[in-house]
Amino acid sequence: MFSSLADKLQNTLRRLRGKGKLSEQDVDAAMREIRLALLEADVNFKVVKEFIASIRARAVGEEVMSSLTPGQQVVKIVNDELTRLLGSENKSLAQPAKSPAKFMLVGLQGSGKTTSAAKLAVHLRRSGKKPLLVAADIYRPGAVDQLKKLSASENLDFFSLEQSDPVAICKAGLKFAAHESLDPVIFDTAGRLHIDDELMSELGTIKDQVKPDEILMILDAMTGQDAVNAAVSFNDQVGISGIILTKLDGDTRGGAALSVRAVTGCPIKFTGTGEKVDALEPFYPDRMASRILGMGDVLSLIEKAEATMDRDKAIEMERKLRSQQFTLDDFREQLGQLKNMGSLEQIMEMLPGGMGIPKELKQLSLNENNFTRIEAIISSMTPGERVNPAIINSSRRKRIAKGSGTSVQDVNRLLNQFSQMQKMFKKMGAVDKKTAMKGLKKGHKGFPF
Amino acid sequence: MSLVQQFKDTLTRSRQGFLGRLGDLFGGGEIDEEFYEELEEILVSGDVGVQTTLKLVEELREEIAARRIRERSEARELLEDILGKLLQTAAEPVTPEQPPLVILLVGVNGSGKTTSIAKLAHFYKQQGKKVLLVAGDTFRAAAVEQLEIWAKRAGVDIIKQQQGTDPAALYFDAVNAAVARKADVLIGDTAGRLHTSDNLMDELNKIYRVINRNLEGAPHQVLLTVDATTGHNAVAQAEKFNQTLPLTGLILTKLDGTARGGIVVGIRDQLDIPVSYIGTGEKIEDLAPFDPRAFTAALLQA
Repeated sequence: MFSSLADKLQNTLRRLRGKGKLSEQDVDAAMREIRLALLEADVNFKVVKEFIASIRARAVGEEVMSSLTPGQQVVKIVNDELTRLLGSENKSLAQPAKSPAKFMLVGLQGSGKTTSAAKLAVHLRRSGKKPLLVAADIYRPGAVDQLKKLSASENLDFFSLEQSDPVAICKAGLKFAAHESLDPVIFDTAGRLHIDDELMSELGTIKDQVKPDEILMILDAMTGQDAVNAAVSFNDQVGISGIILTKLDGDTRGGAALSVRAVTGCPIKFTGTGEKVDALEPFYPDRMASRILGMGDVLSLIEKAEATMDRDKAIEMERKLRSQQFTLDDFREQLGQLKNMGSLEQIMEMLPGGMGIPKELKQLSLNENNFTRIEAIISSMTPGERVNPAIINSSRRKRIAKGSGTSVQDVNRLLNQFSQMQKMFKKMGAVDKKTAMKGLKKGHKGFPF
Repeated sequence: MSLVQQFKDTLTRSRQGFLGRLGDLFGGGEIDEEFYEELEEILVSGDVGVQTTLKLVEELREEIAARRIRERSEARELLEDILGKLLQTAAEPVTPEQPPLVILLVGVNGSGKTTSIAKLAHFYKQQGKKVLLVAGDTFRAAAVEQLEIWAKRAGVDIIKQQQGTDPAALYFDAVNAAVARKADVLIGDTAGRLHTSDNLMDELNKIYRVINRNLEGAPHQVLLTVDATTGHNAVAQAEKFNQTLPLTGLILTKLDGTARGGIVVGIRDQLDIPVSYIGTGEKIEDLAPFDPRAFTAALLQA
């Protein structure tokens, strides 16, 4: 995501970087590129104007002209301004003193409210909460069913009323939550157009009756120039407290996020990055800005690893690695955990330099089928073989290939890779153990990949 | 004036009809640089897309120079002509010699596929055709139920299987059923998918191949639903989907808001995929064949 914008800014600024000093013309050229890149990224044209104005003022100012490395200065300015525009820090959800916390989701049709509601519930449950999902979208056929099914498959508490109006459903949902001691309550409302006065005032009524602690607007990251109109309108008529940016797993540059943040002043609190219910991540403006500029997003990656990897398992793994008892069983388990972290492509994008990897290479190395194949091969081995791969002779290789539906070459390749990894760990084992443990405490897991 | 205030004003304007402003632009006065700049802004703000906007404005500039036009009011017709030519509908939509006509709808999540299918079903049913729907979104929770409700409302039959079924297998059965039941039109739903997901795009290609192998020439129409609020990404969507299975047209959905769906101009310009229908509301009859003249007028007029 945002990668094309990052490419463009980087290209422009790389040209600047080569020069000793900036002339007015240099700045003009760079600003034009940045302006076009931002417009192509769907940032609203008025927001772009402001952004360019604020950058230009600083770029032609003395701070750059007299500096020895003006290119780097402009990078810094663009980075600062982007971060500022995205909101300076991550804002978490409100945690009201009075139970239950009430979160209401609003947005245009098809922006991803129902999916986000389920994701939010799963996210909150992870931090020990007992969320209730209230389905108040009585207009779209099947909407209530959709949330009900999602809730059932994730074992989440669900509430709705048949043949009732949204306001009554929400009020009854609150009662139900109080009775069952469920907290927080998430209200999924129907998608509506911001110019539909009747439905907008319905939202107002729900708000008055339920008194939500947060009203989160769900925003499709692929939205174009019109995003600001919808956002301003929802904010004016209902009042929003935050934004969830959805469908960021595509290749949209997501400029709408910048614009909506700029015109409403509301923070972006989460991003949706896939169809699975755990594909919800907190939004970090500073990291996002770094990411736009191609500086990678290592912090998100570490947090992801922490959330999906069992801490004890990680420590155990670390011990095994260092004592050189890392077996094929462990290898398989690590693969499984890596898979839980999301698609490989997403993980790669967060690594510094990830933006610079050519697309062909990315696709080659990130083929998830390879993962499945490796898992299948290891699963076709006997426990003895997994602990001591040295005993795998050619007839065993044939059997494993057959059992896993792969070829003997595939099995050989895996065994080679594994033995190389073991060699690598042996070297790692020699590293000072103190530094290793320190790293672990800070949350840096012993990740061999 | 604060930025927020500016947007509020824009919004009020768009409620009354956005192009009060363009009306002003073409209203009177001399053609100067400011005119072109404003025009650029208006096109970009309608999501026409940067590349296409620059190209259109350049074309207009040349025409104006060639015809020695000085007045803004005279430029309007020129621009309408340029846009009208670009958006011209292609030849009549493909129809098979023998029924069933097979139509497949594809698109990213939340772009309005299921609703558009219901509208298409109604559209053909009104013409007295026997319509059969395929609940091909076997992935999203309750997508089948959603289409079932619509099928009932439209008064047409539906072919479905449980959630999680292989959609390609479902389509194999559906095509057979359409032939056996002598349906005139078979309209198929597919699960929403982002065009960047290779696996899901492969699945779509498989559906296409299964239909094609089972019935020669089918699917006769493959329509991509494009949400009118979408920005530049719609071009990437159209490009990828078109690489996966040949698109015959677009359905521009959700045109009842303030978004003007200008990105279809960009798609036509860069990929030459025409717009077939527009969706203008939530009701089953809110679907209309695309009229390039009317669309252009709406894009350029209040």
